[in-house]
Amino acid sequence: MPGADFTIEETPEGPSLRFSGALTLAEISVLHARLSTLSDPPARIDLSGIERIDTVGAWVIHRLARDHDATISGASKDAERLIEQVCAADQPFKIRPDRTNPFLRVLGEMGQATVHAGATLVGLLGFFGATLVAAWNLIRNPKRFRINAVIRQFEVVGVTALAIIGLMSFLIGIVIGQQGAVQLRQFGAEVFTINLIGRVTARELGVLMTAIMVAGRSGSAFAAQIGSMKLAEEVDAMRIIGVSPMEALVLPRVIAAVVMMPLLGFYATMVAMVGGGIYCWLALDIPPVTFVQRIREVVPMTDLWVGLVKAPVFGLIIAIAGCFQGMQVEGSAEEVGLRTTASVVQAIFLVIVLDAAFAVFFTQIGWI
Amino acid sequence: MTDGGDPDILIRVRGLSNGFGDQIVHENLDLDVRRGEILGVVGGSGTGKSVLMRAIIGLQTPQAGEIEVFGKSMAGRDDEEAQSIRKRWGVLFQGGALFSMLTVAENIQVPLREFYPELDQQLLDEIAAYKVAMTGLAPDAGPKYPSELSGGMRKRAGLARALALDPELLFLDEPTAGLDPIGAANFDTLLKELKDALGLTVFLITHDLDTLYAICDRVAVLADHQVIAIGTIPELLALDHPWIREYFKGPRGRFAADANERNKANADMNRTETGA
Repeated sequence: MPGADFTIEETPEGPSLRFSGALTLAEISVLHARLSTLSDPPARIDLSGIERIDTVGAWVIHRLARDHDATISGASKDAERLIEQVCAADQPFKIRPDRTNPFLRVLGEMGQATVHAGATLVGLLGFFGATLVAAWNLIRNPKRFRINAVIRQFEVVGVTALAIIGLMSFLIGIVIGQQGAVQLRQFGAEVFTINLIGRVTARELGVLMTAIMVAGRSGSAFAAQIGSMKLAEEVDAMRIIGVSPMEALVLPRVIAAVVMMPLLGFYATMVAMVGGGIYCWLALDIPPVTFVQRIREVVPMTDLWVGLVKAPVFGLIIAIAGCFQGMQVEGSAEEVGLRTTASVVQAIFLVIVLDAAFAVFFTQIGWI
Repeated sequence: MTDGGDPDILIRVRGLSNGFGDQIVHENLDLDVRRGEILGVVGGSGTGKSVLMRAIIGLQTPQAGEIEVFGKSMAGRDDEEAQSIRKRWGVLFQGGALFSMLTVAENIQVPLREFYPELDQQLLDEIAAYKVAMTGLAPDAGPKYPSELSGGMRKRAGLARALALDPELLFLDEPTAGLDPIGAANFDTLLKELKDALGLTVFLITHDLDTLYAICDRVAVLADHQVIAIGTIPELLALDHPWIREYFKGPRGRFAADANERNKANADMNRTETGA
């Protein structure tokens, strides 16, 4: 098919553009560039030589005629109709959002982010309160307690997490042992590797790593499940039927997380110590019996309490953050993804903030 | 251009079979879509209307059968050929299927950029503007994201994107589903106008009886894994098939037919009045 082309003929009324070829989308780019460099405004546009035209061609002709006040002649019936169509569609139209000053925009975004963070914090607190109220109602009407849902969540949050948390903790025990041994060897104090493994896993890492894993595994699942139920209007349907979503969806998950976190944290601590013990046995020639004996001597009971007191609090935070974000989902499926990410980020952030607070607190009360 | 066959038949389906696992959707299905017509495709839920469309546009590989679009076989074609066919059709999916990360205007420009990267930005913007105006969207819809639009506006924006390349062939999957009656009627009028102005051929899946009466040139009925009948509505009514009769002569079908008659009568009256 021949490309689009035009020739300029001088007539008494002014220059006349005579188009030929196919005025279609595939050919328009070159034509458009040539037309924009036109020196004399055309007075007439002759379309009698064109072979084909589509709406883009019609648009370019229409715009040329409009800008230069030219008359169009020689158009076939189809071409005329197309030009009429695009003429009708030629309205002032916004394509891009209005531009704002970048400095103001950054300031505005910072302000919005701050307000949003504050609102989220208030929302989380409110949701925590609502959970407490729901729990109180449940205590007053124990018949409404959904034992099946709770057991189901125990399984999802706790039992199915055993393998991955075990593997993770085992490796962490080995890493602490290995890194500690390398450093302590410089002082000839390799034997203190046992102290390091025992105290670090019991006080901090056992529970903290478990919390991070549970936030990634279960907190995100809570947000995604509740979020998609919210999207499908299941949550609204529950409310209408008279089932409280707080009781049916949120409380079982919160209870499961609060109960399972100390158990998982304890399990993780033990497995990490086993990992560290095996490392000490194989790499440092410390027999398991000696390892266990030393652990009993150097790790005070309070270290275990430090870990286990924190665990249910972390569980509560993870479950509340997950369920809260899930309940905030509105509109599109895209939101479920965003809220799920937000729930994990918030849960891990709050867990670490609280962990710091706990560390100061326990040191102050003398559990060192 | 065509390798045999009638150049006036844009889509030619022969012996098509589709299925998922044990479930048979189509078996030995034949269908012709003629140039310049609006073909309505109807059928009960689960008769495979969308699957038929997906098979024709190449999103679903059929188990057996021959599909030709623009006289070219859809099976075994290379990427370049496939692209040259894709330039010539537009598809409107059920939910609009707009890209959520892009604004309406950017959505319309996606096919233009993909196939004609040499177009400059000013021309792209102008094209997006008149396409959006043609489909009857509000003038401030251009910079909006799909999540900010209502269902009807999303369909119109989807139609604008399907029309971006000035296609010869348009596939529409339930364009009026979920629209209010006024919006649906406007959509019908819009489609009719665009078809007349641009010379489109339209493959239209619909449940909307009003749409069928108002704008479809022919209707294909899907049932029992096949196209059991194809023709104008009066031709279909002349057939004595229980499902077709129930479909068109049921309470809703009768109502749509009456409404269509009334509209036609009104239009004739207006024409005589303005003519006089």
